[in-house]
Amino acid sequence: MAKRPASAGTIGGNLPPLSLHVPEPHFRPGDPVDYSWLEIPAAGAAARPDEACSPAETQDLCFGLVRVLDEDHRAVGPWDPALDPETLRRMLRAMALTRAFDDRMYRGQRQGKTSFYMKCTGEEATSVAAAFALADDDMVFPSYRQQGILIARGYPIVEMINQIYSNRADKLKGRQLPIMYSSRAHSFFTISGNLATQYPQAAGWAMASAIKGDTRIAASWVGEGSSSEGDFHAALTFAAVYNAPVIYNLVNNQWAISSFSGFAGAERTTFAARAVGYGVAGLRVDGNDPLAVYAAVRWAANRARSGGGPTLIEHFTYRAEGHSTSDDPGQYRSAQEREEWPLGDPVNRLKQHLIALGEWSEERHAAMDLELAEEVKAATKEAEKNGILGHGLHHPFHTMFEDVFEDLPWHLQEQADQAIRERRIKWPSWKEYE
Amino acid sequence: MMSQEEAPLSLAKAPTRRLNMIEAINDALDIMMERDPDVVIFGEDVGYFGGVFRATAGLQKKHGKNRVFDTPINECGIIGAAVGMAAYGLRPVPEIQFADYIYPGYDQLVSEAARLRYRSAGEFIAPITVRSPFGGGIFGGQTHSQSPEALFTHVAGLKTVIPSTPHDAKGLLIAAIEDNDPVIFFEPKRIYNGPFNGYYDKPVEPWARHEGSAVPEGYYSIPLGKARTVQEGEALTVLAYGTMIHVAEAVCREKGVDAEIIDLRTLVPIDIEAVEKSVQKTGKCLIVHEATRTCGFGAELSALVQERCFYHLEAPIERVTGFDTPYPHSLEWAYFPGPVRIGEAIDRLLKA
Repeated sequence: MAKRPASAGTIGGNLPPLSLHVPEPHFRPGDPVDYSWLEIPAAGAAARPDEACSPAETQDLCFGLVRVLDEDHRAVGPWDPALDPETLRRMLRAMALTRAFDDRMYRGQRQGKTSFYMKCTGEEATSVAAAFALADDDMVFPSYRQQGILIARGYPIVEMINQIYSNRADKLKGRQLPIMYSSRAHSFFTISGNLATQYPQAAGWAMASAIKGDTRIAASWVGEGSSSEGDFHAALTFAAVYNAPVIYNLVNNQWAISSFSGFAGAERTTFAARAVGYGVAGLRVDGNDPLAVYAAVRWAANRARSGGGPTLIEHFTYRAEGHSTSDDPGQYRSAQEREEWPLGDPVNRLKQHLIALGEWSEERHAAMDLELAEEVKAATKEAEKNGILGHGLHHPFHTMFEDVFEDLPWHLQEQADQAIRERRIKWPSWKEYE
Repeated sequence: MMSQEEAPLSLAKAPTRRLNMIEAINDALDIMMERDPDVVIFGEDVGYFGGVFRATAGLQKKHGKNRVFDTPINECGIIGAAVGMAAYGLRPVPEIQFADYIYPGYDQLVSEAARLRYRSAGEFIAPITVRSPFGGGIFGGQTHSQSPEALFTHVAGLKTVIPSTPHDAKGLLIAAIEDNDPVIFFEPKRIYNGPFNGYYDKPVEPWARHEGSAVPEGYYSIPLGKARTVQEGEALTVLAYGTMIHVAEAVCREKGVDAEIIDLRTLVPIDIEAVEKSVQKTGKCLIVHEATRTCGFGAELSALVQERCFYHLEAPIERVTGFDTPYPHSLEWAYFPGPVRIGEAIDRLLKA
């Protein structure tokens, strides 16, 4: 037999057999939680490079953690955005409203008023503070957990509830799963249930803005779990290649339903570190520190707007509640994780900061919470006048066939006729209302 | 030639040029870039080089790098970026170099582009035209020969268009770009340079000798959803599109069959009136496509004809397709639904 010229032959020999590494989270239900393995740099310690710096100068920041609020609730270090108290109070209010809204909607789902809900509890800063750092007409391509952006931009919460109830006043005509909002007027792209698809779209929007010589930038959000999708790579590649004016927020809330961040690669490196490979700026921030989130997004926005290109920002945070109303986190993770989370709660941290500044008090906060709860309750009642899911007050029947195409083609017209016929057979007295 | 009702008056008198299909497509793109500053073209190798099939030749030089540019080799990114550009207000015309490469962009087409209008109740739309060469017969092997049109016709919210002549390619492409819904525009690459008729052992005629190469100068569009009657006839109806129009035409000519050949041009939305009218007249229906058979677009056509023309049928509907195998390299012509396969089906129809 001819000897293979370039082969090293087989090497197996006495080596032990290979084994597959399947990541396992630090804690499972019932486990005591100890976060001492987690490295948390001191607030104010991270350097703040110039917004026009080379991407390489952000490399250390991809492995550190930008933090502004210290243990005494003071804003410290070069990333302190030095916001005035009025802005801080508005930010606090938007975050608190987001939380109050979540609580009410979660209960609404449990009461059978809708099919599904997703809270963002503990992650309010990653959307609200980020929205504060952007211009109102910067286009956002969110994932499903950025309701805080809409609230920060002043979208009426009654419209959000109409959408959640899929009622007859729902601007999306009852077609979307609850919380998959869309509002062009608020520069808020229609949310997809297919994960990470918004990431390359944000690159495209940003490219279009550059093609047209606009000054607006794009920003997108993705969870650490869905950052494993190919879309993430497509997006960062396009953004890097065309130096697109876009901010990529990666919300690392540690859990993707029941899969911990290790299944997205967290055991190997940080998520911000991916920026290094793409040659774009990267930042890793304390996602529960609203001032750090604001400062990082503002830095990236200024950079993008002045032609400096994209930034990837990892927001290191914790998903305090379940993925959605459809899962019970008690089944897969330790309940102590939330209690022990070493970066605290974003609403409480901003509140304590304002109190430390002498610009807020426990009494004012309690009063605000009451007021917000009432505001949400009133909006809920208002929305319920237009119906809740499954109680008949939905959009006119024929709207099901509209907007598939700009014009109704013959085959959809035929199917629409059939749907109406079926309706009349089942309920002979039924009349389509307008 | 274009029928009178769809021809704008000015066009009837417009001077024509003899163009092959690539030139006609290039002309359409050039005209639309000229007319609409929101049209942008991008894809792998489409910029400086002008595309591997030369469809975008000269466009970057003429319209600038800002509007005609190369992309990374990432179809998810190409389509995903197109969706974002559309959300901005542009009218993107991305090229996917081969239809066989479109699958990494499939999610962005099916879940995003096709659904934007519906899921946002019209707030966001996706007026995107995805151009892509498809079909075999060029010794492209299994990754440069596929006909995946049925994967797109199955999706609510997508239109699928396939031209068969330079004249149609130009007018349909202009209509696709102007359309406010996403359009998959598959270009039968076997007929880029001539109306290949399936007789692979004979030389291919150049487009210049075919009446479909008489392309009017300037702007014109052919409405989507309208079929073209290639030839009228009484004996049977052929429903086909793309390359197979020319193959069917040649076989019918050779066999002396008085067939009515309908070029569907748009698969979704299909011109059902043209289909019904012809099959009800002839009573016999032959469906031809190059794509694999099972769940191919021919299955839909067959079902439609059965549902709507059953009492006019004088014979079982015949379906001539590619086989349900990947497109083989060396046995390409054994796979291709050529004159022999079509001829057999015609014989069965005529005997019935």
